Amino acid sequence: MNTSNLAEALGLGFERTALPQQQKTTIALKNVNISYGTFLAVKDVSLDIYERQVTAFIGPSGCGKSTVLRSINRMNDMIRGASIEGEVLFNGHDLYAKDVDPVLIRRKIGMVFQKPNPFPKSIFENIAWGARINGFKGDYDELVETSLRSAALWEEVKDKLKQNALRLSGGQQQRLCIARTIAVQPEVILMDEPASALDPIATGKIEELIQELKASYTIIIVTHNMGQASRVSDHTAFFMVDKQRTGFLQEYAPTEQLFLNPGHKRTEEYISGKFG
Amino acid sequence: MQTQTLFGTDSDINVLMNKRKKIGLIWQVVFLFAITLAILFLLLLLLSVIDSTFGYVALRNEVEPSSLIEGKTLIKEFSRTELENAAKANLSSGILRRVESEKPLAQRSYHDLVSLLEQYVIKPKVLKTWGLWDSLTQTRTIEAYSLSENGSYLTFKSWINPQFFLADQSADPLHAGIRTALLGSLWIILITFLFAFPIGVGAAIYLQEYAHDNRINRLLQLNIFNLSAVPSIIYGLLGLAVFVRAMQSFTSGSMFSALTDSTANGRTILSGGLTLGLLVLPIIIINTQEALKAIPASLRMSSYGIGATQWQTIWYQVLPACGERILTGTILALSRALGETAPLVVIGASTFISVDPTGIFSKFTTLPIQIYQWSARPQGAYRNLAGAAIIALLILLMVMNSLAIYTRDKLSKKKRLEL
Repeated sequence: MNTSNLAEALGLGFERTALPQQQKTTIALKNVNISYGTFLAVKDVSLDIYERQVTAFIGPSGCGKSTVLRSINRMNDMIRGASIEGEVLFNGHDLYAKDVDPVLIRRKIGMVFQKPNPFPKSIFENIAWGARINGFKGDYDELVETSLRSAALWEEVKDKLKQNALRLSGGQQQRLCIARTIAVQPEVILMDEPASALDPIATGKIEELIQELKASYTIIIVTHNMGQASRVSDHTAFFMVDKQRTGFLQEYAPTEQLFLNPGHKRTEEYISGKFG
Repeated sequence: MQTQTLFGTDSDINVLMNKRKKIGLIWQVVFLFAITLAILFLLLLLLSVIDSTFGYVALRNEVEPSSLIEGKTLIKEFSRTELENAAKANLSSGILRRVESEKPLAQRSYHDLVSLLEQYVIKPKVLKTWGLWDSLTQTRTIEAYSLSENGSYLTFKSWINPQFFLADQSADPLHAGIRTALLGSLWIILITFLFAFPIGVGAAIYLQEYAHDNRINRLLQLNIFNLSAVPSIIYGLLGLAVFVRAMQSFTSGSMFSALTDSTANGRTILSGGLTLGLLVLPIIIINTQEALKAIPASLRMSSYGIGATQWQTIWYQVLPACGERILTGTILALSRALGETAPLVVIGASTFISVDPTGIFSKFTTLPIQIYQWSARPQGAYRNLAGAAIIALLILLMVMNSLAIYTRDKLSKKKRLEL
């Protein structure tokens, strides 16, 4: 009650977040430990990610927020020596069950990286390729257009689809990467600091875009930028790191609550910029 | 004004600055000296090859042209009809019949008739040859020699000429050429490429992309590095034991009951090509691995991120991105194979062969072997031939390297155009 009052008093749109228990859980982490070799990177993380909501992971460097993010579409499989304990459930199915193919997961749970990394091919191919390898049978021109429109990039590139994607600006490249991810029709989009390599204007566009994409996709975003987390997300998970350099989940709450009425002293210190 | 700081006074700083600059200058001179020395030696090598390729030749004719037609001492002074008549009159009946059946004398060109007469009637013999340097500086001594030898005459000869590329081997240095050796080299390189390129690139992709980082694979990697440093003659011994001896029925073609040269006994183009293939395999593997390593992880990650399999990532993203580097490295490796002599000598390449290789089961010789064989002969004229063959080999290598650069530039230009 306290939280709502405070938020209301400050004029924050607290109603935009429905209550957690009424929301459908898309991804659930249950007591997840992730290690690299013998080093325990993250311990005992349990949290629910809600459908068509934006969830932000924040925390100081080395707290394992990116590691947790990568475990959700099994990108950690690529890193030698990485291992995971506990359960990661996607719509109730264990992503780490023996018969689960990580390739299939990555189509359902797409990923956008910190540094814009389009393929060194044409803009058109950047979007069409992912669909093609996944056996897309529809109209490619239409797919490219809708994907680019969803990523708010169509107007800027519609006349130069044959151009190499590396010639776009950093912000455009990042939106192209988002369009490329959308094109294979995932349910979830993971974003690993998607705006940290961009200038403020490009960052603003990405943030706007995230707000629009929320209508169709479940989004998880890792960010170092407190303002960004508070602007774009509905829920925020704050990670901390202990003396053994092992990350853990300190606090997970609706964004307004976490920012306005943090449950832990550490959270408060971090979001007010006392360390980090 | 002197200001005292932790770095000393201003003058201290100046002294030190001068000292630092001087050290830099000394090293710069050392490096300049090194590159000058390298260029000097290369130039020396090139000059010595050129020196032996051009120069005066003292010749003596077996039959003087003047004895064919009164009053004309040089064959070039003959008219066409005179040439034809001289040929009819002086060629032995057997040769005449063979020549006529190839192409009637009446239809042959002037140049053709001259060379016929030279080859079968006049038969010039080489008395002595001089290099380019001597030819230019000691003309008097050379002329004196020519005058002292009865019936000899001088001619300035370029040992490398179109005829040299087209003629086959011959015991007569004036008519010897490198056609068989050139064809042998090209056949060998083709087999080497077909064998080493797919296996080398495949092995590199496996090691770099699929192999786990365990003890066995690390050992494998180490051994590939070691193999690339093994002397080429060891590969020759391996090729002799495996391809020539153990796999004789395969490499000589008798396994496929192909129409083969029964005297080859496994010492065929196939054996040679496979041996050189083994030789360049480690080089191609290492080079391809380096090319794969240079591809940033972000490209792979972005591919995996939209649900590509490992194979799709390698085939559609990684290989196109590093294809030109793989290709360039391969062509450089093949250039090395082209110049190899020792392993082919060990597996028993023919040294004298005047029959063109017709396929992979033929006996063969290659340019480096030809050069080696010619330069080992005592007569001076063969050294000139060796010089000319070296130039031919250098041209071939240059063509291959240019091809490598051209392909690389073309591929990267295509990329740039798309930008």
